[in-house]
Amino acid sequence: MNNQLSIKAEGLTKVYRRGSEEIRAVDGVSLEINQGEFVSFVGPSGSGKTTLVNILGCLDNPTAGKLELSGRSVFDQGQAQGEAELTRVRRETFGYVFQKFYLIPTLTVYENVVLPFTFYRKPGAEKGVDEILKMLGIDNRKHHLPGQISGGEMQRVAIARALVNKPRILLADEPTGNLDTRRSSEIGVLLGELNKWEGLTVIVVTHNVDLAKMAHRAIELRDGRIHTGPDACQPEQGCA
Amino acid sequence: MINIFQVAYKNLLRKRSRSGLTIVGIALAAWVLVSLLGFNQGYEASLNSDIDNLGFQVLVTAKGCPYEAATLMLKGGTGLRYLPAAIADSIAGQPEVDAVTPMLMQAVFDPNKGESGSLSAFLGVDAATFPGMKTVLEFKQGRWFTDNDALEAVMGYEAAELESREVGDKYLIPENEVEVTVVGVLKRSGTQDDGTIFLPIGTVQKVFDRPGELTGIGIKVRKDADIAAFEERMYQLPDVQVVSLAQVKQTIMSLVSTAKVMVFSIALIAILIAVVGVINTILMSVMERLQEIGILKSMGAMASDIFQLIWLETLMLCVTGGAIGTALAVATAKITELLIRRLLPYTPTGGLVRIDPPLVLLTFGVVTAIGLLAGVYPSWRAGRVRPIEAIRSETE
Repeated sequence: MNNQLSIKAEGLTKVYRRGSEEIRAVDGVSLEINQGEFVSFVGPSGSGKTTLVNILGCLDNPTAGKLELSGRSVFDQGQAQGEAELTRVRRETFGYVFQKFYLIPTLTVYENVVLPFTFYRKPGAEKGVDEILKMLGIDNRKHHLPGQISGGEMQRVAIARALVNKPRILLADEPTGNLDTRRSSEIGVLLGELNKWEGLTVIVVTHNVDLAKMAHRAIELRDGRIHTGPDACQPEQGCA
Repeated sequence: MINIFQVAYKNLLRKRSRSGLTIVGIALAAWVLVSLLGFNQGYEASLNSDIDNLGFQVLVTAKGCPYEAATLMLKGGTGLRYLPAAIADSIAGQPEVDAVTPMLMQAVFDPNKGESGSLSAFLGVDAATFPGMKTVLEFKQGRWFTDNDALEAVMGYEAAELESREVGDKYLIPENEVEVTVVGVLKRSGTQDDGTIFLPIGTVQKVFDRPGELTGIGIKVRKDADIAAFEERMYQLPDVQVVSLAQVKQTIMSLVSTAKVMVFSIALIAILIAVVGVINTILMSVMERLQEIGILKSMGAMASDIFQLIWLETLMLCVTGGAIGTALAVATAKITELLIRRLLPYTPTGGLVRIDPPLVLLTFGVVTAIGLLAGVYPSWRAGRVRPIEAIRSETE
């Protein structure tokens, strides 16, 4: 595994205000994720794992703390880069997969997959599209519309879409949340293979025990903090 | 690969009925706008053409209602009033006058005309001066009459068709049983002259028993003449009504201006409704796709990309609606013209709705510009969506 530092967070905090009430969704989290790691974030609902991963993926700004990507500062004590700069960071670094697939129903599978090229294309990225479709087993579905394929296939299309611009980090928030057990397992295996064979850093937020087990490292969050006690999650034991 | 145009187009296909109805709204607005502007330029051009074809700038008639005089000039009329022929000579002596031509109009009911009979219009004209003033009239066959007492006739295009007469044929003037020889048939002019039978003025005075009387005097004024001062002097003549072409035009335009204002208001309302429809459609579409727009931004779309995408969708709706509306206006121009003719008190003889390429381009430009303006707010709203809004609303 390549140990080049990929993500470094120090004291990340996210505070929401609801009226007079202050909610600390993420409370002083520090962590490092290396290039090529497969990390799962687990914890009960409302523990702050999605908020934390959104901040790590530059989709949300922290209230306080620092975030560096390969040594480059993205957030520093609540000071964020401008939205245009963050967009550049996102498109050059991350691929995102969500629980809902967000495929455009009037575009074919292929068109959905290459949709990111409409806005940004890494040099030579288009050459790898067919290979990605083949690797994800949806090459025979490329001319179908999303309504004509199964939920598992739709999530594969969403993963393919996240991969076309050759991201360094794949960030998946509950990628199996809308799938049955068999298809969840298939997606889990796929993420594992992408990590193992493509060297892709994979970060997943999940409640799925089997998916959490596939990660090299599981980080458990409770009340916005990383839980490190003796009862903390161990991937091999299953802890989501 | 797929480009932003295809994405915008396919986005519109997602809600076909909504997109379709929005296009219908824009098409209706464009239709009204093109027809209205077409009418605006067609009516004025036809009126100008009708007036120019008269060949003179001022008409003197017997004193009466100026509207009646205008009708007499442009349509031919009944309930005629007469003025003495000697006035023509005194007018001819005025310094502003280039030429005068006396006219005597008569209308006779012809029981053999059409299915149940109708009026035949006869215009007695001066063989010496009328042809020189009405240079717009061209002959299909034959010539003008030789002198003012000849038993000869020149028939307008439609009159000749209706009476089935050619040069050399005889024509019996109804009621008076006087036979004249057709010496000329005019080409179609698109004016009231097409339905008129021209006779020498002396013959008309004799046949209709109107010796020394006229119904009108056409006056051609010198180019540098002060028409207003001339008219003022003409009014001092007893029992004379002076009608200048500018006055006639103004009178008619004021008659139709009320109708125009109403139609303009309707067009404005139609456009406003279409604009609100476009804003509503695009804004709804943006709100429904808020999460998806957030995902597009997470894929790497900049705010300007999203603005462009949503703006393109608006543009496509407007251009399609504009094209359909304009095509519809061109296709239904004749029907629009028929409707206008039924609605307005007076309409010129030429085409009332004139839709030409510059007008089509202008309307297209206006509709597109309005559409683009309507798209600014929804596009701006969409461009401001942050990816996190999508993710947050997903986890709610």
